[in-house]
Amino acid sequence: MKKTILPIGPFHPLLEEPEFFTLYLEGETVVKVDLRIGYNHRGHEKLATGLTWDQVPFLVERICGICSTSHPYAYVLAVEDLLDIKAPPRGQYIRSLIGEMERIHSHLLWLGLAGHFIGYNTVWMWAWRYREEILDACEKLTGNRNHYAMCRVGGARRDVTQEAMDFTMQSLDSNERSTTMFLGAIVDDPVMHKRLKGVGVLTKEDAIAYAATGPTSRPSGVRWDVRETDPYDAYGASLKAKAWDVIVLEEGDVFAKAAARVLEVLESIKLCRWLIENMPDGEIDVKVGNIPEGEGCGRHEAPRGEVFHYVRSDGSNKPIRHKVRAPTFTNLPTYKASCPGEQIADVALITAAIDPCYCCTERVGVVTRNRRNTLTQDDLVKLSVEKTLEIEKKIGRRSNLAKI
Amino acid sequence: MGLKTAALKKSIWVFHVACSPCNNCDIEILDLLTPRFDVERFGIILVGSPRHADALLITGVCNRHVTPRLIETYRATAKPCVCFLFGACSCQGNVFKGGYNVPRLIDEIILEEDPNAIIVYIPGCPPKPEAMIAGVVKALSVL
Ligand code: SF4
Repeated sequence: MKKTILPIGPFHPLLEEPEFFTLYLEGETVVKVDLRIGYNHRGHEKLATGLTWDQVPFLVERICGICSTSHPYAYVLAVEDLLDIKAPPRGQYIRSLIGEMERIHSHLLWLGLAGHFIGYNTVWMWAWRYREEILDACEKLTGNRNHYAMCRVGGARRDVTQEAMDFTMQSLDSNERSTTMFLGAIVDDPVMHKRLKGVGVLTKEDAIAYAATGPTSRPSGVRWDVRETDPYDAYGASLKAKAWDVIVLEEGDVFAKAAARVLEVLESIKLCRWLIENMPDGEIDVKVGNIPEGEGCGRHEAPRGEVFHYVRSDGSNKPIRHKVRAPTFTNLPTYKASCPGEQIADVALITAAIDPCYCCTERVGVVTRNRRNTLTQDDLVKLSVEKTLEIEKKIGRRSNLAKI
Repeated sequence: MGLKTAALKKSIWVFHVACSPCNNCDIEILDLLTPRFDVERFGIILVGSPRHADALLITGVCNRHVTPRLIETYRATAKPCVCFLFGACSCQGNVFKGGYNVPRLIDEIILEEDPNAIIVYIPGCPPKPEAMIAGVVKALSVL
């Protein structure tokens, strides 16, 4: 049968970010999906090397507007790892609180978009209305609806007031009520069942093979959550107090992914409450002096999975290398496992189900047009080896690399 | 004010062009359509094609890769049209100014394509939904 090629994007009403999908179809069935990105690349890693250590959080915050605490959070953890310091308890709790609030609003946002994708706009409007309560609380706590700027190396940048925390408690209460109602509505809704159950199944083996993280892998039965496996800041204490639990489901289809996210919202609400109730008094940050030579890594469980930052210092006031790995980078290729064989109407939903965030992921921009611009892994390895050889020649040292 | 501009102001249909934003401005634009702000009561709706649109909502800094696509979209829009630049990124480059992949600002690109373009700036990072509505209303009242 002849294949039909269907291009979607880069500006498409269904895609809220610019990206370009090519679907190869046989009739209504998708046999292959190809994705071109690069419309969002702004060169963060390079820009970060031109800013001082304390300015970088403001830059990395603007990698992504939805996980705008996750990136600075992972960055400050990386620098604290380099310095080998820990934030004072109150600073840690404030950062974790904002991180959880962000998870709640991000998951609700995804749920709304998923409803929009299947043409069920009621879900969209509902979810986003409930999200507003959380954003109001965020505004009270931090001063802005998004881009909170609460993380700094050594602690939190601003203190939160008791009044704001009381307000947040009220918002959490009313949000919990609406989310529980919402969960009931989804679980009972025959339309949702028909559209989401058994669609785009990602098996446990595939999830592990593609190294998927966060709410993409947990509904497939992989119990991996950085907050639990490698606790940092306030998460260790909250786990010990059994304030919340990791949500792991088995099915791996879109329905499981949606359910996992709603359940995670409820867990996060519990965790936020616990954090506010147990908020310690005292300093919110420690004074940080010069940053010595060295390197550090930081990881944080962002709403979409594990975000990883690496920084290297040469003792000056700027990082000389800053590397970001966003969760979508590993989650995105799972569409290769879950899309083929599905109906064309479901593909938008399946790719949306991993909650992709292209502006976090993009690392390359294509500058020259009309030239071959697909690099295979062999090409990349070759480029890398060539560069090493060049550097060796420059510094006059030989390694055994040439033999490989 | 010509007849066409007068007609344009009635209920504007908008097309959303995301040019390498951080997503936040886009989310806030979608937020405008949801029950809390609900701009549909003013006749503002998001449409699926630039050919149906009276206004382009542009966000982000516009990197090299997306620039030709932005120009293409602008050409496809029926004139006269209004370009709303949402956010500090599209107004002046924000923190990305000087980045290797951000050679030019959006207003330069659009003015080069069409010197008579109507451009409205709504700064903020991201602008609050209230600020967005205020900006749109203000712009429409002076057109
Ligand atoms: S102005 Fe701010 S919120 Fe808007 S796209 Fe730019 S960085 Fe993101």
